[in-house]
Amino acid sequence: MIRTEELLLNVGPQHPSTHGVLRVVVKLDGEIITHVEPVIGYLHRGTEKLAESLNYTQIIPYTDRMDYLSAMTNNYVLCYAVEKMMGIEVPERAEFLRLIVMELQRIASHLVWWGTYLLDIGALSPFLFAFNDRERILQLFNELCGARLTYNYMRVGGVKWDAPEGWIDKVKAFVKDMKSRLDEYHNLVSGNEIFLARVKGIGAYDAETAIQYGLSGANLRCTGVKWDLRKNEPYCIYDRFDFDIPVGQNGDCYDRYYVRTEEIRQSLRILEQALEQFPPEGETMGKVPRAIRPPAGEVYVRIESPRGEIGCYIVSKGKAEPYRLKFRRPSFVNLQILPKLLVGESMTNLVTILGGIDIVLGEVDC
Amino acid sequence: MQWLWDQPLSWMNAAWFTLGALCVLGIVIFFVTYAIYFERKIIGWMQFRKGPNRVGPFGLLQTVADVAKLLLKEDTIPAKADKALFIMAPALAFIPSFAALAIIPYGMNLQFADVNVGFLYYVALSGVTTIAIVTAGWASNNKYALLGGMRSAAQMISYEVPLVISVVGVAMMTGSLNLREIVLAQEGYFWNWNFLPQIIGFVVFLVSALAELNRTPFDLPEAESELVAGYHTEYSGFRFAFFMLAEYVYLYAIACLTTILFLGGWNPPLPQLAFIPGIVWFILKFLAVVFFVFWVRATFPRLRVDQLMGLAWKALLPLAMLNIFITAAGIHWFGWGG
Repeated sequence: MIRTEELLLNVGPQHPSTHGVLRVVVKLDGEIITHVEPVIGYLHRGTEKLAESLNYTQIIPYTDRMDYLSAMTNNYVLCYAVEKMMGIEVPERAEFLRLIVMELQRIASHLVWWGTYLLDIGALSPFLFAFNDRERILQLFNELCGARLTYNYMRVGGVKWDAPEGWIDKVKAFVKDMKSRLDEYHNLVSGNEIFLARVKGIGAYDAETAIQYGLSGANLRCTGVKWDLRKNEPYCIYDRFDFDIPVGQNGDCYDRYYVRTEEIRQSLRILEQALEQFPPEGETMGKVPRAIRPPAGEVYVRIESPRGEIGCYIVSKGKAEPYRLKFRRPSFVNLQILPKLLVGESMTNLVTILGGIDIVLGEVDC
Repeated sequence: MQWLWDQPLSWMNAAWFTLGALCVLGIVIFFVTYAIYFERKIIGWMQFRKGPNRVGPFGLLQTVADVAKLLLKEDTIPAKADKALFIMAPALAFIPSFAALAIIPYGMNLQFADVNVGFLYYVALSGVTTIAIVTAGWASNNKYALLGGMRSAAQMISYEVPLVISVVGVAMMTGSLNLREIVLAQEGYFWNWNFLPQIIGFVVFLVSALAELNRTPFDLPEAESELVAGYHTEYSGFRFAFFMLAEYVYLYAIACLTTILFLGGWNPPLPQLAFIPGIVWFILKFLAVVFFVFWVRATFPRLRVDQLMGLAWKALLPLAMLNIFITAAGIHWFGWGG
């Protein structure tokens, strides 16, 4: 008597395409997935608990390690929350520096995504092209703050280091090059028949589902919802610049790809304007009391990280350490939709869909 | 080697045969070593990298060092693997790949065995490797390896069909499956080569060959983003090296076959260039095909497994059939071929 059995397969935590230490337990019927269970927590470091015994300046390096591809936006969300509680004014030059590094970071993060996503789909070269360009951004950051990945650059009230001489010109040169590089990337990949066949119509969901699952960032915008905190709830000095919010229509992997690549272009637009208006001189730290003790109370702020909406909730009892610190991590929230998308798909699409969500495990586990 | 076939069998002749086989083996292993080197170098250049450049001058000894490393590795067999099959599979993969090379004519008189159904001989032997891959996937007792092995079997069996049928056009024009006669029929200017009248067959052959070789964009059996390393996930050391060797020997064989069947073999593109020895032309065309395969690897993403099957049965097979029809019409009305 011939009978077939379902195959229980552990994808991860050591697997080339789970982008870190995500483990997905899948049941396979042939190559079709019938049940999915993501298992997380392999990178849990207890950041939020640790923060309760640290003062605010000491917490900043911990935020670097949450979403390690986007340390600048993580730095910012914490500083922004504290500044909002204490009503600290940030000087103009510091705001510009923050905006420039955050947009550079967004480009760097999307480049990593672009390269690794295509590597997942089986194309080798884009990965190296993207990392080549990202390397230039990391070099710029290195010159600015001496680190390539975990910058620890921002402080409550400003930024730690002023831009060294000639740095702004280097960023200008990079922005100029990156624009033509982006066109090359589109030429290489975006029209490729095999690529389109792999991503069009895969992992699609509608706007309502996206909102119900609390998705944000490109995962939300790919369904056509025009929601970007840089425009909808401007923070920093984003309201001074002119840029568009790219949105998709079908909510499939191709639209997520399109939204992210288009965001690189919009970030370059913001950077161009910001570099033009960059104040030639000025302070980089505002007037901050020697001991940072936010008044008792609570605050929640949210900003747009490359992966979506990152939020920081602080409860203060008037001490130097927070009573409770909570991060709303976009990767964690976005990952929730994975089981819904995967059932009924093939093993190959698992990689395409998981990659399309763009998670960073450091942020999922925090 | 042809004169040997007409001699009675003796110890002397057997020794000659062995020597000849060892020569071919030497050439093939030399090719594999430097094909891997050039693949890494070419892809490196396409990706703005330098490629291997540390071991030996220009990194020329990199592959040698890699092979030495594989030789020195501990020989591991997973505890729950089917031991006999696990050991047998790499040899079963390599032997047919090497035996298939016997029929390839490199020049007018430079051929190991002049078989009059040369192409069929190649197809028959290369089919055996599929069994080796399924065996490896099954014997490893690993789910990824099993999935990789199954995919590979499905893929190689599917693509063998258009691969063979795409060559039927060439066989019709020549009136023979003998590889040497196929080359001789393409003498003269380069527009006499089969790739022009058989352009559909040529394209179908190249695409199917990429799939037969399990190379990008058809490298699904070892799609590392899904299946870790496919059927050879559990293999290490020299057993793994045998799979790699078989893969590159097939690359060698397919590049030779493409040259012979469609690119005029050892014929120069213009008869005026005949003062350059045929073997040089053969090597040049052969290297162009090998380069093409590497180039594709640096450029394309991978197909999905269902799309792969669709392409074989819905696109390539009808095209190959159409090619046979067009060739038949050409022979009947326009007097193509001999």
